Amino acid sequence: MSVKHALLALLSEGPKYGLQLRQEFEARTGEVWPLNVGQVYTTLQRLERDGLVESDDAAESSPQNGFRITPDGEHELQEWLRTPPELSSPPRDELVIKILVAFGVPGVDVHEVIQAHRRYGVELMQQWTRLKDDAAEHELGLALAVDAELFRLDSVIRWLDAADARMRRAPAPPGVRSPALPPRLRRRVGGRR
Amino acid sequence: MTALELRGVSKVYADGASEVHALRNVDLVVQPGELVAVMGPSGSGKSTLLTIAGSLEHPTTGEVLVGGNLLTSMSRNEQARLRRRSIGYVFQDFNLLPGLTAVENVALPLELDGVHAKPAQAAGLQALEELGLADRASRFPDELSGGERQRVAVARAVVGDRHLLLADEPSGALDSINAEAVMRLVHTACRRGVAGVVVTHDAQLASWADRVVFLRDGRVVDQTSPPAGPESLLRSQPRA
Repeated sequence: MSVKHALLALLSEGPKYGLQLRQEFEARTGEVWPLNVGQVYTTLQRLERDGLVESDDAAESSPQNGFRITPDGEHELQEWLRTPPELSSPPRDELVIKILVAFGVPGVDVHEVIQAHRRYGVELMQQWTRLKDDAAEHELGLALAVDAELFRLDSVIRWLDAADARMRRAPAPPGVRSPALPPRLRRRVGGRR
Repeated sequence: MTALELRGVSKVYADGASEVHALRNVDLVVQPGELVAVMGPSGSGKSTLLTIAGSLEHPTTGEVLVGGNLLTSMSRNEQARLRRRSIGYVFQDFNLLPGLTAVENVALPLELDGVHAKPAQAAGLQALEELGLADRASRFPDELSGGERQRVAVARAVVGDRHLLLADEPSGALDSINAEAVMRLVHTACRRGVAGVVVTHDAQLASWADRVVFLRDGRVVDQTSPPAGPESLLRSQPRA
């Protein structure tokens, strides 16, 4: 999550105080990602150093100061909003690695391992859903942030379901058979985070 | 008194010379006001569990109690009355009668149960109102959107004095926002004291439940623990 750009986005609406920025950030994101004052302060300092924001009091920047976005800051924000995040190479996902490894470990029932993770994922989703259910209708930021988390967890569980079904059909663990993946894919699974 | 209880329920279908074990020794207790989701892949026995819970099918062995009443000790007529009065069903494909308007569809179970047309329609209209569909009451199913049709189906399932709501993939092919609306309705019905059982392979639907039971090859293999309050999620977020 880019706190820097989120703060720029809030400042694009007009000048704001540091503490106000913190409150508005939390309100917009449904308080799902709490920010501490120190984080706001250091981020604003960096933004000011890079000429992306200006503060009222050039002598000393602190969260109590008022801040406004500069033309460079506006430009940076517009660029960032349209730049896709890194999605092209698979993340080094700990859960994926656990399941791939578990399939070859003697004495481990990979389906039990999958079920344990599935249950945990569903339990987390129950908590997020409860949070969304408790939220008032006007809390759009919260609903959007919770949806994002629910879709992420849902995709994890779908992958577990697919892995479960695939492994039930597979004749033997991949470690027992010859190379499980073609070299190109193997490189990608071990790709960067 | 429990709303629904399955005790050692097994169901075996004959498939030519061989047998298919759809359910194997399933125990399940659902309390009034509780929403339980049954999750499992295709062929895990989810739908069989639901039809047996709703007395649409009988188990090969084991017992089913609805509202404390043992189904096997009831006559066929008594079971039919129980289905009309106490149990509401929501199916994946809505199952609305195309020749009846929305309100007539909702009122139908009451009318079949001997309630006069006028009070039945009034109850139907009230159920539709609660689901935000009062202005669609006189439309026919083919004049409604998919989301509206499913809401009518939920209204029909909760109209009158139902104690048990059974739903098989209730969001069907709805998009996620409409699916959420359907689950909110089911959840709200449960808060009013109705016991709900939703079978689904969709974790997003299941996450509305108080408890999720995992079915695999006809057996209950696992279930979730009672969820912690949502505030624990926010506390656990790193303040990085």
